[in-house]
Amino acid sequence: MVTGFITILLILALIGSIYYESRLVKTEKIDAVFGDPDRAKGGVHWIIAGSSTILLLWLFFSWDVAKSFYPESANELCQIAKVRESLVGIKYIFPINERQFKSTSVIDRETAIINDYKELIKNSTIKNSDKGTLISLLNEVELMIVPLTDEKYLDPEVKSKIQNIADRINQLTKDFVTESYPPIKSDAEENERIELLKTQTSWGETGMEVPPLPETKIGLKFDAAAKEIKLITEEFFEIENKNPVYLAQYEKIKSAIKSFKNSLNEDQELEQDYIRQVGKIAGRLSRSKIFPPEALDSVQQSILDFDEAQRQEQGSISVVDALLFPGGTIVASGDVCSEQGPGRWLPKPSDTFVVFAKLLNPSEGYKNVPLIWYEMMGVNQVVGFVTPDWIADIIPGKYPVHSSDGKVESNLKSTVLDIATGNFKAFAIPIPSGHIWDSFLRVILGLGLGIICGVPLGLFMGLSRFAAGYFDPIVELYRPVPPLAWAPLIITIFGIDNSGKIFLLFMVSFAIMVISARAGASGTQLSKIHAAHSLGASRWQILREVILPNSLPEILTGVRVAIGVCWGTLVAAEFLAGTTGIGFVENVARKYSQYEVIWITIFVMGMLGLLFDIGMRKIIRKTIPWRGKG
Amino acid sequence: MSDLVSQDLNMIFPSIKGETVQALKDVNFTLKQGELLSVLGPSGCGKTTLLNITAGFLRPTSGTIRLGGKEINGPGVERGMVFQQGALFEWLTVAQNVNFGLRMKKEDPVETAEKVEEWLDIVGLSGFGKTPTYQLSGGMQQRVALARCLINNPDLILMDEPLGALDALTREKMQSLVLKIWKETGKTIILITHSVEEALLLGERLFVMAPRPGRIHKEYHLPFASMGLTEDLRTIKNDEEFVSKREEILTMIWDMEEEIMGKEN
Repeated sequence: MVTGFITILLILALIGSIYYESRLVKTEKIDAVFGDPDRAKGGVHWIIAGSSTILLLWLFFSWDVAKSFYPESANELCQIAKVRESLVGIKYIFPINERQFKSTSVIDRETAIINDYKELIKNSTIKNSDKGTLISLLNEVELMIVPLTDEKYLDPEVKSKIQNIADRINQLTKDFVTESYPPIKSDAEENERIELLKTQTSWGETGMEVPPLPETKIGLKFDAAAKEIKLITEEFFEIENKNPVYLAQYEKIKSAIKSFKNSLNEDQELEQDYIRQVGKIAGRLSRSKIFPPEALDSVQQSILDFDEAQRQEQGSISVVDALLFPGGTIVASGDVCSEQGPGRWLPKPSDTFVVFAKLLNPSEGYKNVPLIWYEMMGVNQVVGFVTPDWIADIIPGKYPVHSSDGKVESNLKSTVLDIATGNFKAFAIPIPSGHIWDSFLRVILGLGLGIICGVPLGLFMGLSRFAAGYFDPIVELYRPVPPLAWAPLIITIFGIDNSGKIFLLFMVSFAIMVISARAGASGTQLSKIHAAHSLGASRWQILREVILPNSLPEILTGVRVAIGVCWGTLVAAEFLAGTTGIGFVENVARKYSQYEVIWITIFVMGMLGLLFDIGMRKIIRKTIPWRGKG
Repeated sequence: MSDLVSQDLNMIFPSIKGETVQALKDVNFTLKQGELLSVLGPSGCGKTTLLNITAGFLRPTSGTIRLGGKEINGPGVERGMVFQQGALFEWLTVAQNVNFGLRMKKEDPVETAEKVEEWLDIVGLSGFGKTPTYQLSGGMQQRVALARCLINNPDLILMDEPLGALDALTREKMQSLVLKIWKETGKTIILITHSVEEALLLGERLFVMAPRPGRIHKEYHLPFASMGLTEDLRTIKNDEEFVSKREEILTMIWDMEEEIMGKEN
């Protein structure tokens, strides 16, 4: 309902934008020549058109348009798929979708195999007498085919069974096209059906891809027909063309094989192998259902007639299927139906928003961790987490020793230790938590460490021959390695939790920051340094007041690049190992084929990356407005 | 008295091919306090080297240069410098640029703010204090550079083609400003220029330097700078003596250039 309304709105927006453009073109000046950069300005309506197109494509290819305008279509297509599935087995016997009759292709194949073996045995190293026996046996096997394919040997009973199958299918075809099909069931059965229907969830709801029980009249029709076809075909496959002539031939071959086998010594491995193969071919021929060429014509025709009739009966559903289920359709497998095509891996917007809302719900979240929420945490815990414990160790003095009356008196050292470990009482404050926050924090910490360590070293390398030469091999050796290549090592050393990931991100951002700060420092104009010198600035002042601000454009560009790379590396690292984080969520969702969740994580990552970049662009505009104007 | 005394100044640069280039050879001069010296010469005559040595950015190979009896062996606040492109700090505003030297000395911010206002007024930039420097025109940038240098109250001002990149009109105005500042502050100024006219107009004394090796070729004592304090610069330019001096120096430099070309061919 809502989706349908939005779809229409989007189409209107698209048409409106195109109409607006056509109006705009009329009012434009004639001198707006091609190549004038001004022509790229003022395209807000094209932004609307572009976003509408994306959303429409999403709605269309996820089959959400079909779902909103024809909510029952998936259920009906499911019933049609059941019919299609029920026909697959029997159609396979005939040249309907195949090139040949099943019988023809079996005879073709087995004859070829027999000829191959004849050739093989002729050229083998076994005794000539054995060769003769084997080849004559193969000839006998070949003769098994004739009684199967000659109409005159066909058992009249089998003939009438075949006719019966064809008649039943023809009858079904006749009934199927009438209004009254399927025949009305007893009240009890009907009530049971309705009760079952009540428990059936609708298309796209969580855990239910396509509802399989027929819900509409036309659905009931196809469902019933599918069941009937299944019964008929089962009976058809039980029919066997085993006439006396054929059976006599088969028995003869079997005993001949047996006697030949008995005549062989144990060390005649080659002969034993050949006779085993002959037996196998004979067995295969006995199991395959070979009928005379025209014997099954009536069944084939009845199947074709039924197929045509059911296609006719589909009516408007086939149009919906063709138009609103692009790239695939609903398929059935037994009693279960599923989407096959983009509708499967491209979640419907409507479902996605429901899942997203569930994930955002802090009490639900994903794997018991909210996407982003807050936790009340005691200030003591925060202090204990932030302050390292060794602060207490470096305070002069000794930790208290228990006295002879069994008491421990605290001193300054132990008090500091209590604070550093968070062992005190304090009020609680809200601290953000959740998958998104964890990923965010890792990026910020890794990046922050990289900046704090990388910028000073980079500046130093830009200014000193010693630093430039001495640290260059270290940085240049590890920098070109793709960050993820380090991951296995770093996870081994630092564990799968935060510290490993933060260290990985630190490595990534450190190299980028060193290189950009270095470029910034070595790009400082000498005249500015000279000016600062003659204005009385000390070395430290020149570094802080001239070289650092002068390098800011390069440094900030470096930060921007580093954020992008860190973000990409983090998600991949979370994919590898971990228990929280947005990459972890996607990895778990992948394991369980939760396509909605996968797309949501992709969306969240995109948004966070975009937010980082917008933030950096804002910072760049505020802090270095002189860039490119100096 | 803080006179500038140069004794047997020699500067030899090693070149890549292993040869040496004598940028300065036996440069001797004495510049009294309050004198305005302009230095002129074809490119490669060692003008900028001389200025960099005086500023303390370079050490001479031999010889000494003293300011007020003290040997120069490093940059210092008593020698201010104005560069061709201003070399302003674009991350600071106009006022912050002017204030830079005082801030480095950690002077009281309230007092320095007043001083900055004064100097901005002198160079004709009052009201531009909060403007970012990258928004200023070339001439205005040079005014900021002048103020930034002068606020430190140096004994000697070194100017490295400060007006070279300006258009003719702005240049003329700036020349008047330099003369005005020279008169009002009584500072010793060394001005390096490519323009013969500018050298004649501004220089109380004028060195014409010759290349290979870089040396002082000829020295003039000129009246035009003092005239410029009272008279319009354009009338001075049409003065007969001015015109003849200009032609003489132009010919001299032309001959030097010819000689270099001849050597090279």
